[in-house]
Amino acid sequence: MIYRSHVLICHGTGCTSSKSEQVAEAMQRELVERGLDSEVKIVKTGCFGLCERGPIMVIYPEGATYCMVTVEDVPEIVEEHLVKGRIVKRLLLGDKEAKDVAKSLENVGFFNKQMRIALRNCGVINPENIEEYIARDGYSALAKVLTEMTPQEVIDVIKKSGLRGRGGAGFPTGVKWQFAHDAQGDEKYVCCNADEGDPGAFMDRSVLEGDPHSVLEAMTIAGYAIGAKQGYIYVRAEYPIAVQRLRIAIDQAREYGLLGNNIFGTDFSFDIDLRLGAGAFVCGEETALMTSIEGHRGEPRTRPPFPAVKGLFGKPTLLNNVETYANIPVIINKGPEWFASIGTEKSKGTKVFAIGGKINNTGLVEIPMGTTLREVIYDIGGGIPNGKKFKAAQTGGPSGGCIPASHIDTPIDYESLISLGSMMGSGGLIVMDEDTCMVDIAKFFLEFTVDESCGKCPPCRIGTKRMLEILEKITSGKGEESDIEKLESLANSIKKSALCGLGQTAPNPVLSTLRYFRDEYLAHVREKRCPAGICKALIRYVILEDKCKGCGLCARKCPAGAISGEIRKPHTIDANKCLKCGVCMESCKFNAIITQ
Amino acid sequence: MKSIKELEAIRERALKEIAIRENEGKTRIVVGMATCGIAAGAKPVMNAFVEELNKRNIHNVSVAMTGCIGVCRFEPIAEVIEPNGEKTTYVKLNPEKARRIVAEHIVNGRPVIEYTIGAAQD
Repeated sequence: MIYRSHVLICHGTGCTSSKSEQVAEAMQRELVERGLDSEVKIVKTGCFGLCERGPIMVIYPEGATYCMVTVEDVPEIVEEHLVKGRIVKRLLLGDKEAKDVAKSLENVGFFNKQMRIALRNCGVINPENIEEYIARDGYSALAKVLTEMTPQEVIDVIKKSGLRGRGGAGFPTGVKWQFAHDAQGDEKYVCCNADEGDPGAFMDRSVLEGDPHSVLEAMTIAGYAIGAKQGYIYVRAEYPIAVQRLRIAIDQAREYGLLGNNIFGTDFSFDIDLRLGAGAFVCGEETALMTSIEGHRGEPRTRPPFPAVKGLFGKPTLLNNVETYANIPVIINKGPEWFASIGTEKSKGTKVFAIGGKINNTGLVEIPMGTTLREVIYDIGGGIPNGKKFKAAQTGGPSGGCIPASHIDTPIDYESLISLGSMMGSGGLIVMDEDTCMVDIAKFFLEFTVDESCGKCPPCRIGTKRMLEILEKITSGKGEESDIEKLESLANSIKKSALCGLGQTAPNPVLSTLRYFRDEYLAHVREKRCPAGICKALIRYVILEDKCKGCGLCARKCPAGAISGEIRKPHTIDANKCLKCGVCMESCKFNAIITQ
Repeated sequence: MKSIKELEAIRERALKEIAIRENEGKTRIVVGMATCGIAAGAKPVMNAFVEELNKRNIHNVSVAMTGCIGVCRFEPIAEVIEPNGEKTTYVKLNPEKARRIVAEHIVNGRPVIEYTIGAAQD
């Protein structure tokens, strides 16, 4: 006979003395009375080891452990658990463990200094269910805008809020909307830039994956404000989950009549389509992005005319970044004064950062503007791993620069970062410790821009390549002092002459590292030495004579056979054969091998 | 959508649904299923939650997915939200841990302290 449920009742000495036998009898009676005895089996077991809280009863398949069960509890257990399938919480063994451990994310330092506006729903709602978004006031901003406000009133609210573009440059969003609103044209477009391409940045991806409807709602509001009927989201094909959830969200919004004709019974109609980018960094530049949506090769063009006047398909176009849009519904609902009360004088609201690199809490944070870098790195980020020293933080990706440790107390906003020679960027924040070579970092970002340069204008196509060649020369130990000057003059002319944002900002990583870490460049050039011990051509592995015991372990491990010496006597490394793989240093038990 | 009333109605209904969960003792398990979570193995964890709940015949617990909560280094992450609104954030999960959370926390009301974010931080 197969029973659907087993009731295990302890019949050890401890529980028996606290009347488990009577509990079992009561259970048997109750089951027979309700005709459940053919479905539920009582099993008398040995000691569970929880005698202090006996009698103990365990019910399977759930595995609920009830303690201190009395005869009076039995009818309730049968009625609630065995008949209705609900666990009797008050009888559970319960939580006797210490409560001082932070159980939920909200109690952890990582969360305390954050303020979630753009990320308000990320990690909270189910992104594939429009009703969960609506439950959290979703689409109520759109309703308010369509039924109570004129387009100009909407634009005025955005202007008043002080919201600036979160894509990096920080252009005032309300002003941009005004331009698009004022432009003459029979047809206009609203576009969303979701072509997030900075190495290490994933803020937009998280918003699209976690809260796609906030972007759809904001784009529809923008459509109403500027007089557009069609929106496009340009999203990287490398974000398959974001693409899928956007598709689901768009379908649901259409089904609920929140996209399409006569939204909320008004005569306003708006629809949104996706366009997938093939992953070219330059397509994050606004003119290249629109060229790509049109179906052409993603290349930028000169501005003016600005997109607000002549954009997608030659029509007036409004283009904002994902995070910018995510802020819009909240601003409409809570009012521009509320939003403007957050942040600094010129930078309002919050900014999302993707923190990566040499930091304990890698992840995504949203902080009020004006929070200092120190708070982000130490209070939210949990500091640098392995007790290393903070050296610099890189913001703005390949277009930005470094903020050195000496400026760690700078409040983060658009202006302060620009004045430090960096930029807000889309929000990638890469933390570097003392083991990072700044010349190598500059080289890394330049390699990226050389790869991603579209090739249309010579300053970017040829100039960045020449800069990279100089950096390669310096890191391989062949640099001359005049190279640094050449780098600077090339960088400055590329900044002035490149066609689009990609080229104009490409020299920034070099210029900013030169500004704060010139001594490292000089060490590479003059002393042929890499202070951080990163540039392979400039380091040498040597064995310290006084520490080497002559065990021969390193010589056996060396893949190139570069280490020789007699047993029990100090060994030596042949620099000509050495591959600089570092295996010897890792294997030495006496810390006798160092890099120079 | 033809009117604001309609939106209000949906909002009320959706809120009620959440409220029903809360009033009638429905616990929610929310699994972070953004790219970071999935890359760290959130899918098998979500499956393990569902399977274990089915195996134990527990029907008044819902398992839902959500986006990135921000602490990507702790993925896969799941939050258990109890009817009274109390939240427990579990981090660095695998299917084995998920099954244990069902057995100890969901069924027996004992949060598995060693898997919580507080324990992982120390």
